[in-house]
Amino acid sequence: MRKIIKYVIADILRNKIVIAYTAFLLVMSLSIFALEDNTSKGLLSLLNIILLIVPLVSIVFSTIYIYNSSEFIELLVSQPLKRKSIWLSLFSGLAASLALSFFIGAGIPILIYQPSPTGIMMLLTGLLLSVIFVSIALFASVTTRDKAKGIGKVILLWLYFSILFDGLILFLLFQFADYPLEKAMVAVSAFNPIDLSRILILLQMDVSALMGYTGAIFRNFFGTQIGIALAFIVLVLWMMTPLWLSLRRFTTKDL
Amino acid sequence: MIITSNVSKKFGKLKALDDVSVTCNRGECIALIGPNGSGKTTLVKTILGMVVPDSGFITFNGKNILHDWKYRKDIGYMPQIGRYPENMTIGQVLDMMRDIRHAKNFIPDEELIESFGLGALIQKRMRTLSGGTRQKVSASLAFLFNPDVLILDEPTAGLDPLASGILKEKIVAEKEKGKLILITSHVLSELDDLITQVIYMQEGKLKFHKSIETLRSDTGEMQLTRAIASIMTN
Repeated sequence: MRKIIKYVIADILRNKIVIAYTAFLLVMSLSIFALEDNTSKGLLSLLNIILLIVPLVSIVFSTIYIYNSSEFIELLVSQPLKRKSIWLSLFSGLAASLALSFFIGAGIPILIYQPSPTGIMMLLTGLLLSVIFVSIALFASVTTRDKAKGIGKVILLWLYFSILFDGLILFLLFQFADYPLEKAMVAVSAFNPIDLSRILILLQMDVSALMGYTGAIFRNFFGTQIGIALAFIVLVLWMMTPLWLSLRRFTTKDL
Repeated sequence: MIITSNVSKKFGKLKALDDVSVTCNRGECIALIGPNGSGKTTLVKTILGMVVPDSGFITFNGKNILHDWKYRKDIGYMPQIGRYPENMTIGQVLDMMRDIRHAKNFIPDEELIESFGLGALIQKRMRTLSGGTRQKVSASLAFLFNPDVLILDEPTAGLDPLASGILKEKIVAEKEKGKLILITSHVLSELDDLITQVIYMQEGKLKFHKSIETLRSDTGEMQLTRAIASIMTN
């Protein structure tokens, strides 16, 4: 398995997109921190960009990579290798290189300018989000044979997680404004890893006061050790579930 | 050595394999013959575990191949259309396969790489190769690990006469060593002198599995092409 991971990472590095992504993140985070004199304000600007860019790059790059490696996968499947280890190697290679890019591009500037609990939380959730969206991409690409359809699907998924989900929540909140939905919102936020990450980071920033009564409820829940631990468990579930489903699909797929 | 029992596979509505049972033994050289789309490649792919049958099972040396993967180290497979990572060079592909299938006390069989003259092309990227050169790479990879079973899917399609002669000689040499060789083809005349058994498939069904002698005496034709043709017309 280690050998396949080696070839996957070598291949990813050869196509330079990941390097460009790292450089982009690095330039962006350094310039944000350099522009703002208040580093915690810089962190807030960085947060919004990271929550948009990291999932998008992770999901689209991984999907295209899986489709483009169909020859490689086909070649490996006819060799004495376990299908499970082929698939997990692809996942590990993608997850490792994208997480590493995030760490170099955004993590190191955060650690230099803002080595606070908030910064650390942002680093952790960013790494988790990178891996979660690789795992979602793997599931989407293994269940769709057509490349264009597969890529379209993941872009829609990204739109859903980044934009549509919030719209739906707002719609629900307005429609059911007469009911006490604040507590339910905590549970609903578990359905979107991006929202969950945003809440985790914002609560560390002490700007939750701006979020009104719901913010206070969130504060009560996610402000505690147990709340944070639960949120991380949910994020790990977001990582494992699509991966497990895709693995199950891949081991019986006809190539 | 390889036994398939009542293997069926559907792709959508199309029955690619319909209740196929065959037995292949060591030392045989089997031709898998049939019109286009008769399920030859699908049968080969189910043996390799690349396609999972809907029903029925396949054993390799007495062990069910479902969920097994180690048995593939005894198989050399040459696909009909060799698909390789496009931006790797021939040398990198060969090295990668050597690395992945690395075993102790293993001496790679590089005869085909030399006789095809692939050494001179080692720096060429896979996407720049012609169909014939790709076939040469596939053939070299199939024989590289000295496997007990060779599965060759349309081996001579796309090869020039010189290369296909080299490949044929190599197949004969491996057959002499007592290996099981499974060839799918529809270019029959080329196979005439090296095969011992014929499996004939049509529309996913196994029509017959006979030794070449019985086939000749049944049809009264000496040439394999004519023997098959006389069966197809009857």
